[in-house]
Amino acid sequence: MTTANPTIRPYRRVARSLGTGTPVYVLLAVLLVALAATDPGFYEPDRFLAFVKRAAPLVILAAGQYLVIVCGEFDLSVGAIVTAGVVVAAELYDSYPDASWAVVTGGLLLAGALTGLLSGLITTKLRVPSFITTLGMMLILEGAVFFWTGGSPHGSLPEEFRRLGRGTAGGWLPWAVLACLVAGAAAVFLMRSDFSRTLIATGDSERTAALAGVRVHRVRVIAFVLSGVAAALAAVLVGGFSGVSAQAGRGYEFEAITAVVLGGVVLGGGRGSVVAAMAGAFSLQALFTLLNLQGVSGALESTVQGVIVIAAVGLGAADFSRLRRRRTHPSGGTPS
Amino acid sequence: MTRRRPLSVAAALAAAALLTSCSSDMPADSAAGTASESAAKGSADKPSKFFQQAEYERQLALAKATPEGPADKPWEQMLEPEMTDTAQYRKKGSGGTHLCFSNAGVFNPWRQVGLKDMKAEVKLHKEITDFTVLDAQGKDDKQISDIQELAGNKSCDALIVSPNTTATLTPAVKEACGKLPVIVFDRGVETDCAVTFINPIGGYGYGAVAADFLVDKVKPKGKILALRISPGVDVLETRWSAAKLAFDKSQLDVVDVKFTDGDPAKTKSIVADAISRHGSVDGVWMDSGATSVAAVEAFEDAGVDVPPITGEDQQDFLQAWKDKKLTAIAPTYPTFQWRTPVIAALRVLDGKQVPKEWKLPQPTVTQDNLDEYLQEGMPPLHYAMCGCQDLPGYPKDWGGKK
Amino acid sequence: MTGTAVAPPTVAKSAPPRRTRLADPAVGVWLAAAAVTAAGWIVVAARGGDFLTLANVVGILQNCVALGLVAVGQTAVILTGSLDLSVAYLISLGTLVAATTMEDGSVVTAVLAVLALSAAVGLANGLVVTGLKVNAFIATLGTAFILRGWIEDNYTGPAGKVPASFQHLGYDRMGPVPVSLFLLAAVAAALWFVTRRTRFGHHLYATGGDEHAARLSGVRTRRTVVAAHVLCSLCVGAAALFLAARLGAGAPWAGTEARYDLESIAAVVLGGTALAGGRGGVAGTLGGVLVLAVLDSVFNQLGVDPFFKNVVRGVVIIAAVALYARRGTGRPA
Repeated sequence: MTTANPTIRPYRRVARSLGTGTPVYVLLAVLLVALAATDPGFYEPDRFLAFVKRAAPLVILAAGQYLVIVCGEFDLSVGAIVTAGVVVAAELYDSYPDASWAVVTGGLLLAGALTGLLSGLITTKLRVPSFITTLGMMLILEGAVFFWTGGSPHGSLPEEFRRLGRGTAGGWLPWAVLACLVAGAAAVFLMRSDFSRTLIATGDSERTAALAGVRVHRVRVIAFVLSGVAAALAAVLVGGFSGVSAQAGRGYEFEAITAVVLGGVVLGGGRGSVVAAMAGAFSLQALFTLLNLQGVSGALESTVQGVIVIAAVGLGAADFSRLRRRRTHPSGGTPS
Repeated sequence: MTRRRPLSVAAALAAAALLTSCSSDMPADSAAGTASESAAKGSADKPSKFFQQAEYERQLALAKATPEGPADKPWEQMLEPEMTDTAQYRKKGSGGTHLCFSNAGVFNPWRQVGLKDMKAEVKLHKEITDFTVLDAQGKDDKQISDIQELAGNKSCDALIVSPNTTATLTPAVKEACGKLPVIVFDRGVETDCAVTFINPIGGYGYGAVAADFLVDKVKPKGKILALRISPGVDVLETRWSAAKLAFDKSQLDVVDVKFTDGDPAKTKSIVADAISRHGSVDGVWMDSGATSVAAVEAFEDAGVDVPPITGEDQQDFLQAWKDKKLTAIAPTYPTFQWRTPVIAALRVLDGKQVPKEWKLPQPTVTQDNLDEYLQEGMPPLHYAMCGCQDLPGYPKDWGGKK
Repeated sequence: MTGTAVAPPTVAKSAPPRRTRLADPAVGVWLAAAAVTAAGWIVVAARGGDFLTLANVVGILQNCVALGLVAVGQTAVILTGSLDLSVAYLISLGTLVAATTMEDGSVVTAVLAVLALSAAVGLANGLVVTGLKVNAFIATLGTAFILRGWIEDNYTGPAGKVPASFQHLGYDRMGPVPVSLFLLAAVAAALWFVTRRTRFGHHLYATGGDEHAARLSGVRTRRTVVAAHVLCSLCVGAAALFLAARLGAGAPWAGTEARYDLESIAAVVLGGTALAGGRGGVAGTLGGVLVLAVLDSVFNQLGVDPFFKNVVRGVVIIAAVALYARRGTGRPA
């Protein structure tokens, strides 16, 4: 699916990112309309904000995962980072009950960054495919954290620490929504910078990018670091939202990758926009909520989810290939 | 092809050599009699595809029975025991005892607390010089190999098994029975070849206690939300089938039955959605306690009062119950049952009688005895019914503080 | 297909440097298996135990079978540059279908039913990947979800009963060798033959190496990928049959709790097959499976904490692949 593209044509990239993004916005709109039809109260400010709050960790994870995927890699360790983050926070509070929430949160973000750094270095310097690096990292993190705690976390998380995931600012705006907005804005800002061009070029064709003077290793390592930080932030939100749990992050790695792909980002890198990836995360969360509100039999929920994800991605791919053909013909490109 | 010929010749030779030494690790009577045995036994946690009336009634009756044994040591108590003779298993010769344990895994806090209980119990007995634990990490296939390995180990004096799945481990346990005394606990197996099968009253008793509480506390026509961990787990299926029976008989309306995967975040979402979808929720039934606190928080976050709710003896729930003055009940599947197999093994090796099916009491935490069970300073995922207060290393080994 | 950054064709084709036999990952991983066994034997012996007892060797070989079957199938898919994340749920469903069919029907019907089911799932995977152009990661993840819902909606726990005649597959041995190992050997040999000695096999490697170039040189890449998926699922079906024979019943979590999806991919990669496709093979995969099984057995003997095992496994997988990358041609990750 990824064909090396030796010449980078900026105008095509703009057209592409619109093209790849469109289906997810349609999907999101459909889901939001369906939600309104199912539950007229869904758009009351409280309820809608609660929905965004619930989606926040996944949106942040998707933004981080996007950075890694668009430069041609995977990060399977994010779920384990979330679990480890929650458990480590609980463990820290068990030993130091009076620790300030800012210190613990900062520490977690730093640890997330270090984990990402390690994954990035192993992937680039030791040339281990990121699928394997992060799969190994997942095993290591989960194993290490539970080995350390003997299977289940000892401490509990104080209200102060949980405020970011559970509380509200000014009594109505959940902190998690704010965090999500800030993270989203940061991601968009990042993708408007020069860094985004090098990142996408790296994913599009590493060789070309390297020849053009991009330090592809550094770019990739930075992407992993940012993904690790995003996962740690998600851990703070998840831990805040639902408290200590030994399986806080279970399945998040697959959800985040699914969200990014729903957003039209191509696995293998080089194409897609971060906003669409985050929209993919919202779509996924909207889908979960819709299935829940529709009262689909609990057991069949995953079947419906599987069908919709395949269909959405399939439609997106079909849609895109048609668009591309239409566009490439007049410009004299060779259809593959 | 020329390269392959020598290979195939070699293979044929090897096969011929092997055929002469053909053998099977399969228990001989695997097919015969299994059906009748399991029917006769009606084992407590048999995969309950269908509701079993007789077992249901038996469990409800057991719940009312008075246990035999020391009242302050529920792990040594037994309900309506039918004793069996174990003289044939008496350990010959002197020297220390070597106990072997095939564990299904430590994949949840309940099992982690339990394993700590068991290890501490072993420390209490000086005559146990060796204690081998093989962990199957939730894999049936591995546990079969583990049991074969331990049964084949000459130095094991007795084998304790906590099966991962009832049906699938039956053949392996049968095979082991022929080699050494086997003690099964928690989930059963579909054979009565084990010297004793240790378990608490069971899932029907658990589910019924919780449902009856809601029937009692929630006004007629009240909306009940039932939260289950995941489908297809035998122990949990029995809990739900008993609860469903109670709800069907009552005036209550079960508006939703949802699976939470044991994930607190998902639980919060489900409860919040249920509140908005049905306007209100008047009672919450849960098939286990792992996510009770998340459910409580969902009501708080939605700004409504927490309705009557059921949980389990997990520390965080008991703490929230006390702090938030909830209307709640916590039936238990006591972790102290992990102590009993060690005690039973030593009795068997001593030639003393044990019950064929060792039924342990299954206490319920209620408003009246909440303070008795809530131990300060224990970690949130600790189980109060551990019966571990008198064990060496408490509370530190269980993650608690003095 | 899923390729993490595919190297430009020119690089891949320009005469690969001749490697010594030792540097071939497939040889390397078997040496590693031998080394791990020797190390295990020394460590266990130092603690007064005996590692290479008959019971233990049988146990190790037995533990190879299920993962081996899945990993061999996974190899075929990964060689084409695709991958299959639905194997775990397919195993669960396979054991359930096998056991319930055997309960009221004949063994032959059950075997055919499981293989037909597997082929159908593989075909669906392949068609979604090639026809709908959904990335294999997402397509097979979606299939996994669909199967999961199907299982949870239809089965409330272990179901069915496998007759004693079929359980021989799970329990018998010839001397020290479990009968089921012959099943694995047969499946692996068949796959080795298909991948190394047939036209289709060359197409597998060509498709995985560079799909575009393969298509230009006349390989029907789509058909190849679909066939690889069907092959993989058939192997998974065989694993499900073996597990059904071993367990005596179908279990909804037979495949998922053992994490056969990620474990099989790990074994394949440990065996030196490149995740991007086009390089590696069945022989290496079997070595990878053996390394994991021996490690497990050593941990068992030493009574290592199960959580710590995961740490070691993670390190071993990363380290092994890093070694291959170092020796290999320098294909970018």
